[in-house]
Amino acid sequence: MNYARPPAALWLSAMFIAIAVLLPLGYLALRASGAGSELWSLLFRLRTFEILGRTIILVIVVTGISLVISLPLAWLTQRTDLPWRRMWSVLTVLPLVIPSYVIGFVIVAALGPRGILQQALAGPFGLERLPEIYGFPGALLAVTLVAYPYILLPLQASIRGLDPRLEEVARSLGHGQWDTFRRVVFPQLRPAMAAGALLVALYTLRDFGAVSLLRYETFTWAIYLQYQTSFDRNLAAGLSLVLVVIAVVILFLEFRTRGKPHYHRAAASASRSPAYVKLGRWRWPALGFCALVVLMALVMPVSILSYWLARGFSTGEALWRTAGYALNSAYVSGLAAAVTAIAAISIAVLDVRYPSLFSRLLERITYIGFALPGIVIALALVFFGANYATPIYQTLVLLVFAYAVLFLPQAVGSVRSSLLQVSPRLEEAARSLGRTPLQTLAAITLPLVRPGILAGAGLVFLTTMKELPATLLLSPIGFKSLATSIWSATSEGSFAEAAIPAVVLILLSSVPMAVLTIRGKRNGNE
Amino acid sequence: MAMNRITVRCSDVTKGFGQTMAIQEVSLELEEGKFLALLGPSGCGKTTLLRLIAGFEVPDRGTIEVGGRTVSGPGVFIPPESRRVGIVFQDYALFPHLDVSRNIAFGLPKNVNRKKRVEEMLSLIGLRRLESRMPHELSGGEQQRVALARAMAPGPNVLLLDEPFSNLDADLRIRIRAEVKDILTRAGATVVFVTHDQQEALFMGDMVGVMNAGRVEQFDRPEAIFHTPATPFVAQFVGIADFLSGKIENGSVATEVGSLPLQNHLPSGMTVRAMIRPDFLDLDPTPDGIGEIIDRIFQGMHYLYRVQLPSGATIRILQHHTRNYPVGTRVSFHMTSDHSVPCFESATSNG
Repeated sequence: MNYARPPAALWLSAMFIAIAVLLPLGYLALRASGAGSELWSLLFRLRTFEILGRTIILVIVVTGISLVISLPLAWLTQRTDLPWRRMWSVLTVLPLVIPSYVIGFVIVAALGPRGILQQALAGPFGLERLPEIYGFPGALLAVTLVAYPYILLPLQASIRGLDPRLEEVARSLGHGQWDTFRRVVFPQLRPAMAAGALLVALYTLRDFGAVSLLRYETFTWAIYLQYQTSFDRNLAAGLSLVLVVIAVVILFLEFRTRGKPHYHRAAASASRSPAYVKLGRWRWPALGFCALVVLMALVMPVSILSYWLARGFSTGEALWRTAGYALNSAYVSGLAAAVTAIAAISIAVLDVRYPSLFSRLLERITYIGFALPGIVIALALVFFGANYATPIYQTLVLLVFAYAVLFLPQAVGSVRSSLLQVSPRLEEAARSLGRTPLQTLAAITLPLVRPGILAGAGLVFLTTMKELPATLLLSPIGFKSLATSIWSATSEGSFAEAAIPAVVLILLSSVPMAVLTIRGKRNGNE
Repeated sequence: MAMNRITVRCSDVTKGFGQTMAIQEVSLELEEGKFLALLGPSGCGKTTLLRLIAGFEVPDRGTIEVGGRTVSGPGVFIPPESRRVGIVFQDYALFPHLDVSRNIAFGLPKNVNRKKRVEEMLSLIGLRRLESRMPHELSGGEQQRVALARAMAPGPNVLLLDEPFSNLDADLRIRIRAEVKDILTRAGATVVFVTHDQQEALFMGDMVGVMNAGRVEQFDRPEAIFHTPATPFVAQFVGIADFLSGKIENGSVATEVGSLPLQNHLPSGMTVRAMIRPDFLDLDPTPDGIGEIIDRIFQGMHYLYRVQLPSGATIRILQHHTRNYPVGTRVSFHMTSDHSVPCFESATSNG
């Protein structure tokens, strides 16, 4: 549609939002450039390259292992006669709802000094020390356990969307089962694998909770340490910019794989269910593999949490204190969800209904939240607030603003996809019946995209509940959320104290997520 | 006279999208109370012309008047909501969150008796008992009539229909279009509608504009479109037509099937392409006939024969089913009744 320019109210508000989103990054760049040549000498030290090396190794190994776990899991649960495959396909995705710092806590509480394993072995064997869990092995374990579902989910969807007729054609042309997989199925899965792998890489790069609890010094934790221990914060700003550059590169690659044409378009008849491969005696190793993954990623965290939860109750850890944290978390997440969803509307409407270079640019700017790790935005806003915005520094306003910048892409994406389902003919009909563009927006567009707005707000709410680094740096003094209380209790080794908020957090964030997913699936089937 | 008032006038309207010219120098006029059918193959620009009249697109050049007022022109652009133009889309675009009566009332101003007007519209379309249904609870034909009522309720100057019957099953389509024509005629509406179906255009239109590649090739009454096509494209797009090359010889055209009466006045000696419709010629089976039947299609009442001529050209000829000749029969031709043959200069392409 090129019949009109967007209404001024729309593009003005969208532009305001885009500028606000750019603010933290812009300030960070300003700050780093203020350090001048000194910054370069600070950055080009051996320590920076050590951090870079550690970060890259973790990203590569986590992504690689996630791929190796996910491909067989996806195929076994979608395409074979694996016993209870529905159950496995749900259980293997579930670790997605566990925040990385909870897994970090679980690993420290199980395998760390004074952890369950050490205590169990101390009695019979008098064992005082276990092999070191801190550092690379612990970080690798923690991040992989929560990140692999980001590959598994798109892979599952991709396998479900495969047209079984293509495989039948390959078989009829004389290719065996393995050959068919290699030459027909695998190439069709590559886009999903690439997209998922980049998501895992980005997740690993941005993760703060697991690497800080397991004391593996990647960029995020190094930035935090630099910020905490040194008065010269220019280096923290510089490290942040390097981290942003790496994240932008990954994000750019991810955009490119998504932009490529899909290999297949699921035809109407493709919904016919495919033939399930008979596993025969391979079913036992297959079952064992699925069980091992679920044991590590789900059963172990849940049972260790339960153990410390029980210990916490018996030693009289205060429940009411956790209730206070939960209220704080819910309150600030609710604010963030509302602000972000409202901001998303004008960006999405402008992008979908008034496509132009300008609206495209505004939409892309809001994606900056994807590239910016929480620690970076938090740091930028700490600098900015302390220097220029003292009235809102150390208030919830700045914290909610940080959440909005971080999670705006989720809300925009959700509003955008539901807007794409509303035919522009509906709006044109309203225009021809005498409504102005803004009246049309209020009477037709917004009521029809309400599910998308609510879903976007829900998503932001859940993500905010789990957010750690920005909450840690920007919370007003004395304001403790579930996430920060878990983190600080774990850092101090008070596992019983960390278990209660951890369980509450998982319940609060996974139950609504399950409801959203199930409702989304049901709506998708209609 | 009121009947002579022009409701829609396009003058030299031109519109391009990037490199492609969607509409080129289109001029046409539609009188109040008349139906205009814009007919053409997909991609010919007919929907773009409709959207230009509605105000969803801005013309590059030219002016558009609706109801005696310039709505698009140099320095003038009236937005869609102020044009008093009703539109019915191909997929009807009923607001899914509003029931039937709210959909119909959507365009009514605050100060009219909305309830009364909605009831009038509901009885006009014959759906009084469905007023509180939601759009998804209606059949395709019912949705169409509600969309029509919604567009007509505010009393627009002109009603625009975009491929209004293409979403309906073939047998339903014929019934619904008669119903719709009846509703619109009773309401005295002025209508511009877009279609790629020649039957529909000839049935519904008081005037037909045949469009090709962004231009209106002929703008005329349906009978004139069919009998005196202005270009080879129109001849081929509306009805069946084959072409034979011929030469003008004092008022008739000499072709390999004989000398045929000429419809239009052309100078003697000119080389032309003569348009032959299947009912222009009758076949006479004779062993020394110049044509040979190479194919025939049984259509119930008729056979449609395909006959090959010495030059290699083929023509299609319709014969009553009692005139049953096998493939391979040699035939000669004679002209039926009082048809005359439209001829086009040879240089013109056949579209």
